[in-house]
Amino acid sequence: MASVTPDNRGLRLATRYAVLILVAIIFVFPLLFMVMSSLKPSAQLLLDTKSLRAFLPVGDLSFDNYTAAFDRAPIGVFVFNSVLVTGLTVVLTLFVCSLAGFAFVFLEWTGKTIIFSILLATLIIPYETIFIPLLLMASQLPWIGAGGFEIGWLNTYRVQIIPFIADALTIFLFVQYFKDLPRELIEASRVEGASWWTIYRRVVMPLSGPVIATAAILKFLFMYNQYLWPLMVVQEEAIRPVMVGLGYFTDQLNVPWGEVMAYLTIITVPVLAFYLSLQRVFIASVASTGVKG
Amino acid sequence: MKLVKLLGGTAIIALAAGAASAQTELSLWYHGAGSANAEEALVNQLVDDFNASQSDWKVVIETFPQLAYNDAVGAAALANELPDILDVDGPVMPNWAWAGYMQPLGIDEAKFEGYLPGPIGRWDGEVFSVGLWDAAVALTTRKSTLDKYGIRVPSLDAPWSREEFDGALSAIAASGDFEYPLDLGMAWAGEWYPYAFSPLLQSFGGDIIDRSTYQTAEGILNGDAAIEFGEWWQGLFQSGYVPGTSQDAADRETGLVSGKYAMSWNGNWAALPVIEAFGDDALFLPAPDFGNGGVIGAASWQFGISATSENPEGARAFIEYMLDDKWFAAFSDGTGLIPTTASAATMTQNYAPGGPLEVFYGLSEAQALVRPVTPGYIVQAKVFEKALADIANGADVADTLDAAVDEINEDIQANQGYGH
Repeated sequence: MASVTPDNRGLRLATRYAVLILVAIIFVFPLLFMVMSSLKPSAQLLLDTKSLRAFLPVGDLSFDNYTAAFDRAPIGVFVFNSVLVTGLTVVLTLFVCSLAGFAFVFLEWTGKTIIFSILLATLIIPYETIFIPLLLMASQLPWIGAGGFEIGWLNTYRVQIIPFIADALTIFLFVQYFKDLPRELIEASRVEGASWWTIYRRVVMPLSGPVIATAAILKFLFMYNQYLWPLMVVQEEAIRPVMVGLGYFTDQLNVPWGEVMAYLTIITVPVLAFYLSLQRVFIASVASTGVKG
Repeated sequence: MKLVKLLGGTAIIALAAGAASAQTELSLWYHGAGSANAEEALVNQLVDDFNASQSDWKVVIETFPQLAYNDAVGAAALANELPDILDVDGPVMPNWAWAGYMQPLGIDEAKFEGYLPGPIGRWDGEVFSVGLWDAAVALTTRKSTLDKYGIRVPSLDAPWSREEFDGALSAIAASGDFEYPLDLGMAWAGEWYPYAFSPLLQSFGGDIIDRSTYQTAEGILNGDAAIEFGEWWQGLFQSGYVPGTSQDAADRETGLVSGKYAMSWNGNWAALPVIEAFGDDALFLPAPDFGNGGVIGAASWQFGISATSENPEGARAFIEYMLDDKWFAAFSDGTGLIPTTASAATMTQNYAPGGPLEVFYGLSEAQALVRPVTPGYIVQAKVFEKALADIANGADVADTLDAAVDEINEDIQANQGYGH
């Protein structure tokens, strides 16, 4: 085994930093390009793409693209809709899927194994293949709301939320995580007379910060990036999400690239904010629960 | 008792008043959300005026981004949720009519007398849609440029022949004064290709599909005329006469005015900035005659009635209301597009006699040919676009056109002939 001298330690450190900087560049440059481009007129933006100027705040910079983007589309409405739909779906998904995962791991019931296998099998079905039947179902589903009994879920928030609450991937994540929790904790709680609901709420979920954060981030990204489903089921502008709103920035022949970049910058803010906030939760949960891998 | 009578009478009066003022709602879907031009505002004004003009119907508009519009209509048709009134791109209309999304307008054909051919959407012998405007393409350049190189100024009666057009390109290229003699707009993709370039193929004697049967493209898209067109088309790029498919979108916008290009194949919607830049020196020339007459594309967005509308008479009333020179002229003034009738043209700022864009009305009238009127067009357009891009990028002409024909014919067979 070779000894670690101060010289090769420095070399290893330099190599590590070089790799990390390279990776950081790969991840940061697209965002940098988006933000810088959002400040430039379309003609300059396209010319700058031929050089590193594309990533630099040079040339004729202004917030004109942002003003034009807000004039072109009701961005506030779209962002509100996306945050509402995504937020509710994430919360409901975490609740429903964690309960399902809990049942699969800790409860004994007939058919558990086969149902879990069927659930996993649904993961291989491409999302797009079930769009049409899902659309037909959604158009015929009943609902009792403020306006009384009605048929059809199209053009509502619920059609953007409810079909996505239960999903196999999130249940699978919870199952895998719950399996690694110390069984002694559950057994001790049962001996103490705790109900399954209490164990779920007071024992299991407080220990599940990492999987909650992971599942929430994955679900958030999936829901926030939804395009095809809301495009098909929502016709009213008032409940349209951000990704469909991107269509407001193209017409038959022209794309105002500066405005597109401004719009993308605006709608990226909630994603970054959510990710950064959960990143803190993730680290805190690992530190506080004392769960060790 | 008196009180009961009074209350009863009041209720009856209130109900009667409510009935008198109640307008049945008609939904209208429009594709131009976010288009940032005057068109959307004019559609809203048209709807408001119609709603105020009568007491039976109230049109409620829902706007969609154009990028998503056709998919949204397809999904709504599946879910039986189509609106009463649809706007539809002219060449797409036959597909929607064939697929059962739309019903015939049921408006007396006499109403369309004197209309340009493009704004009338016909399928299976009936009118399914009608537009308030059309668009036209011209060879845009400067008179001083043509004079400088001794090039004849063509007219509708005497457009350039192929030899004259090629000679003009060659002379301008030889001068070295411009980066390219001609800008075809290769930076634009999608519908621009069949709209702007299939007329050149048609002028050579070919077409995207055999219009006599609409059952095959064999011998039409890959016949002698089409191959001659393909070789000429490829030659434009190989000779360096036109920028290729990697053309910068900004150059497409400004290349003519900035002096990068000598001529530009562009639409009337881009004409006013050219007039502003060049004044009287600006020229809008007819399509060259490559052997079968000069041809340009036709048909833009139109309005029709959905097949599932529960109030087709209301939808028809709205469409009849908008078929008025007043609206044709208003849309033309607002958007710069060509009004549907000559009488409306006289009422406009740009297309009236002596107006800056008057020439485009003449081009539309004399050279316009609608794209293939078939439900299969939406597939054929994409196949044609890919073939032309491939040929521009150096693909073998005959092989590429043969492959395009195979793809189009297979699609027609897969759809049992598309109802022709």
